[in-house]
Order: sequence, then structure tokens, then C-alpha cells
Amino acid sequence: MAEVLVYVDHVDGAVRKPTLELLTLARRLGDPVALALGAGAQATAPVLAEHGAVKVLTSDAPEYADYLVVPKVDALQAAHELVSPVAVLVPSSAEGKEIAARLAVRIGSGIITDATDLEAGTDGPIATQAAFAASFTTKSRITKGVPVITVKPNSAPVEAAPAAGTVQPLTVSFSAQATGTKVVSRTARESTGRPELTEAAIVVSGGRGVNGAENFHLIEALADSLGAAVGASRAAVDAGWYPHSNQVGQTGKSVSPQLYIANGISGAIQHRAGMQTSKTIIAVNKDAEAPIFDLVDYGIVGDLFNVVPQLTNEINTRKG
Amino acid sequence: MSLRIVVCVKYVPDATGDRHFAGDLTVDRDDVDGLLSELDEYAVEQALQIADAADDAEITVLTVGGEDAKDALRKALSMGADKAVHVEDDELHGSDVMATSLVLAKAVEKTGYDLVICGMASTDGTMGVLPAILAERLGVPQVTLLSEVKVEDGTVTGRRDGDSASEQLQASLPAVVSVTDQSGEARYPSFKGIMAAKKKPVQSLDLEDLEIDAAEVGLAGSWSAVDSATQRPARTAGTIVKDEGEGGKQLAEFLVSQKFI
Ligand SMILES: Cc1cc2nc3c(=O)[nH]c(=O)nc-3n(C[C@H](O)[C@H](O)[C@H](O)COP(=O)(O)OP(=O)(O)OC[C@H]3O[C@@H](n4cnc5c(N)ncnc54)[C@H](O)[C@@H]3O)c2cc1C
Ligand SMILES: Nc1ncnc2c1ncn2[C@@H]1O[C@H](COP(=O)(O)O)[C@@H](O)[C@H]1O
Repeated sequence: MAEVLVYVDHVDGAVRKPTLELLTLARRLGDPVALALGAGAQATAPVLAEHGAVKVLTSDAPEYADYLVVPKVDALQAAHELVSPVAVLVPSSAEGKEIAARLAVRIGSGIITDATDLEAGTDGPIATQAAFAASFTTKSRITKGVPVITVKPNSAPVEAAPAAGTVQPLTVSFSAQATGTKVVSRTARESTGRPELTEAAIVVSGGRGVNGAENFHLIEALADSLGAAVGASRAAVDAGWYPHSNQVGQTGKSVSPQLYIANGISGAIQHRAGMQTSKTIIAVNKDAEAPIFDLVDYGIVGDLFNVVPQLTNEINTRKG
Repeated sequence: MSLRIVVCVKYVPDATGDRHFAGDLTVDRDDVDGLLSELDEYAVEQALQIADAADDAEITVLTVGGEDAKDALRKALSMGADKAVHVEDDELHGSDVMATSLVLAKAVEKTGYDLVICGMASTDGTMGVLPAILAERLGVPQVTLLSEVKVEDGTVTGRRDGDSASEQLQASLPAVVSVTDQSGEARYPSFKGIMAAKKKPVQSLDLEDLEIDAAEVGLAGSWSAVDSATQRPARTAGTIVKDEGEGGKQLAEFLVSQKFI
């Protein structure tokens, strides 16, 4: 059967959920061959095997951490040459998209980014994408070369599908460009203990209506009662109330959870771009005319300073 | 030696307008008002600041687009860029990112550059991959998605805030940079700037000038194809209630009914 190359996103051997979703999609197109790079690459094999990887190519070298993007492109290209896959799938992180795009140039292929679904077609994989702040859905194909496609988190279920997952070290010779951009230092983001924003099943967000960094604990408390991730509008981020890494929207993260709760957020098009594909949407806003209410399954016109703590309380009580 | 900066800017349909696809499934650029992509204003702003800090610098703004795209160039010139290059050719209609990047790479090389600055993503296509592709095509370092950027002694440094970490990056010029909307608010054109922009040179180039074969670009020459585009059905109207003191409890009931708690 044809093989599909899947780029693995992992942190020191812990495979991130979007990669497992990617394996589900890859199996619709062929046998997944995974590529894991950097520290802990080998440790990814068991979980990848459990989710359908027939083979796990690995490579570790200091270059992957010390220089930006290009060493990983060199490795992906080496894997592509070895495997001759029918498609190359990469998780849609900022870095993943750049790696995929540079590979596409090198192998003379087209690229599709931010797919939300994939199916096999007679002319190669058909990708579903959201366009214009998710007001349109498109279906696209690659017409030149081996399809290179990046896929957004939450695009497919994680499914167990045990396969061999044989580990095979990959030989990579780095290109002249590999050491072009040096990573001089790296500061890891402190973990909050909450779920990853893009991977969370529930996201609770706060906007300008939260009215100050000192009030964001209300949003956090609601999030914690639901085991949710915390999001913020750009207005809240620009005001310095919450970190940019939590921003939802066009220039922040795009999320597609089972439940999204917007508190004190008006629902500007750039915010909608990042959340309107959420399954269920709830809003709390004191302005009945706020555009966010056009999107909601359930909306409360009211003051979040009353509604949010009451809701948090109620949830915590019911949980006992 | 003068520092030659090229800023890539895109003319895009206004996001607050009714954006849609044309009959051939390309972005409809006629029906909706266009403007200089807000995210490219940040690139122009950083170019201006880098030029200010350099002894001697020249900023060229570059766009690939139809006749209207001149508006984007004019806006960038009125912010303070020195000159503009407009690549326009009927054959370019429907070009995807691979085709557009090919044209931009040729135009950047023809213009001459030490530093190329892009926005983080276009607000219509929102791919955010063109800067990386441009670096690949030009064979120079990519220093992308910077929330802070500085150029000194032929070296570009900057901060890239990633998913799990914040990285300090460094590369030698020539290089391709992209900046995010965290890099600092873009200035508004002054009246003086608007007047001065009218006299600044705008060079027009077509595919022949760039020695690009029309078969490599446009709808037919592109590397990908859109087969269908459907408008997402409007969400069914939800329940909206006014808080009379029990709003939080009502929400909790809803969450229970939907099995979230
Ligand atoms: C290129 C570009 C990219 C952008 N990218 C993003 C992005 O990624 N993400 C993003 O979010 N925005 C983005 N924006 C900004 C966007 O246009 C809006 O300005 C922003 O989303 C507004 O945030 P907000 O809803 O919190 O604030 P506002 O629009 O000010 O809304 C605040 C809301 O809170 C309500 N409120 C106030 N007090 C209370 C209270 N006590 N109780 C209940 N409700 C209350 C108000 O009624 C109002 O509706 C972008 C803009 C541009 C131009
Ligand atoms: N047609 C174009 N003309 C000039 N610059 C462009 C064009 N398309 C994209 N760019 C640049 O590439 C960046 C990223 O675009 P994209 O990858 O299309 O999201 C933009 O912010 C611009 O700086």
C-alpha cells in the first residue's frame, strides 16, 4: 500500500495530540510513516505505533534545536526521498507550516495549509479548509507534485490502530542554509497546568469587558471549573491583561473546541476567525446588540461580573 | 553602503466587508473594497524604524496585484517608504502562493536587497508561509514571525514567540524577515507624508520584465486548485436571555442539558 509521510510534533518524546489526529487522517490515504526529530525522537515510537504508524523514522542532532526551521526541512526532504510518499502531512503550527512550505518548494509541489479535514480522491487527497474568517468552506487539491498539506488541531478524532511502528534511524545531511538562522536563546513558556488552547475541548475567553488583569481570575476560575483552557481577545491582550499566547483570533490561535464561552467579547470579525467553528458557543455580554450573539447557541445579556461567578459557583456545587 | 530594504505588501479585500469568491473560485477582488493589509502595515512600520536607526537606508515597497493594488503602495509610501515596485500582469490572475512567491522572488532580486520584510500573513489567504518560501527561493536566512526586530552591523536579531517557547534569533544579511502584530503599532500617514507620496516613483513590472514564463503562474499554472467553495450556513439562532439575577444558573442548566457538566 502507498505510504504517507507524517511529521511528528512532540516535546522531548511526548507526542502532541494534533499528530495523533494526523495519523487518523493519514490512514485514509495510505500507510503512515512518521518522522520524529530532535531530543526524544525515539521515545515517540510506541504511541505512534499504537495509532497506526507502520514505521517511525528518527533523527537527533543539535542542529534541530540550535537553528530555525531549515534543519527540519532538510530532514523532511531526506525522509521524502527515502519513502516516496503519496502525500506529506504536517501539523498546522506556525513552525509546521513553514517547514511544510519550504519542503514543497524543494520537491516542486503545491501546498495546502490549515486543512480541517482530508479525504482520499481520485486525483489525490481532497482538503477541506475554512476561508474568510470561516464564513466559507472550500475543497482543494494539489495539482503539481506530491501533495504537502498542513492540518489544524481538532480536525479528526484520535483512533487506536495498532501497527508495527518499526524505528528506523534516518540519515540527514544538512544543507548550506541549515545554519543560517541561529537560535541564540530559548525561554520555555511556563506551564499553567491548564489544557493547551488549540487542543482543549472547552475554551473560556475574556475580552475588554473583563476590565483589567486583576479580574481575569474570574475567567480562570470558570475555566478551571470546566477543565477548560483560557483564551483572550486581542483587546484584552493589547491592554496587557493576559499573555499573547492565549489570544484567540486571526493573529492569535484558532480554536475549534466542543464548547467556547466568550465573556465581555464583542465578536469582531478577526476574533470570529479564530473561534466560529466551535461546536457550541456561549456568550456573556451586557450589550444585547453585540455581534457575538449572532453566533451563540446560548447567550446571556448581562454583566459578566454577576453572571460568571454565579456560573462558576453553580458548576462547582453540582460537581460536589 | 546604503541598507536596501524591500517590504512586501499585499492589497486585500476589507475583512469587515462581504468577502467572497468569484465565479472561477478565486478571491473576488472587484466587489469588495480593498486596502493595504493591516498586517503588512506592521512590516512597513518596522522597515521605517530600521531605516531610521541605520546611517543610510532606502525602503522599496513591493506588491504583486492588479491595478487597484497601487493603493496599497501609495499608503505605504505615505507612511514614509521611498519608492515602490508594482508587478502587474493579466496572466497573474489566480496565482497561488507558489506562483506569487516565484514572482516576488524575481522582483526582489531585480530590485536589489539586503533585507526583505513581510507581514506575518495576508488577511485574505491567511497562509503565513510566503516569507519562509521567499527565503527558500532566495537562498537566504529566514527570520520570521518576530515580535521584536533589530538590524545592526549587517546582522538581524529578533524575538520569535512560539507555541511553547520564546526564541531569540540571529542571522546575517541578506535575510527575509516577517513581523507580527505584536511588533508595535503602525504609524498613520501624516498630511505631509500623503503629499510627498504623490511624487515618489512607482515602477511597473510585468512577467516579461521578470523573465517569468506565463505558464508558471496564474490560475492554470498554479500548484493547487480549489474545486468548491460553499458559504457556511448561518448558525441557527440560539437562545438569548437577559440576566435577571439567575443568568449564571440558567447557563449552568444549559451546560447540563448539553452534557458539559
Ligand atoms: C489585522 C487585525 C487582526 C486582528 N486579530 C485579532 C485576533 O486575533 N483576536 C481578536 O480577538 N481580535 C483581533 N483583532 C481586533 C478586533 O478587530 C477587535 O478589536 C477585538 O477582537 C475586540 O476585542 P473585545 O471584543 O474584547 O473588545 P470590544 O470590541 O471592546 O468588546 C468588549 C465587549 O465587552 C462587553 N462588556 C463590557 N463590559 C462588560 C461587562 N461588565 N459584562 C459583560 N460584557 C461587557 C461590551 O458590551 C463589548 O461588547 C484584529 C484586528 C485587526 C485589524
Ligand atoms: N501579492 C503579494 N504581494 C506582495 N506581498 C505579498 C503578496 N502576498 C503575500 N505577500 C507577503 O507575504 C506575507 C504573508 O502572506 P501569506 O503567506 O500569503 O499569508 C504578507 O504579509 C506579505 O508581506
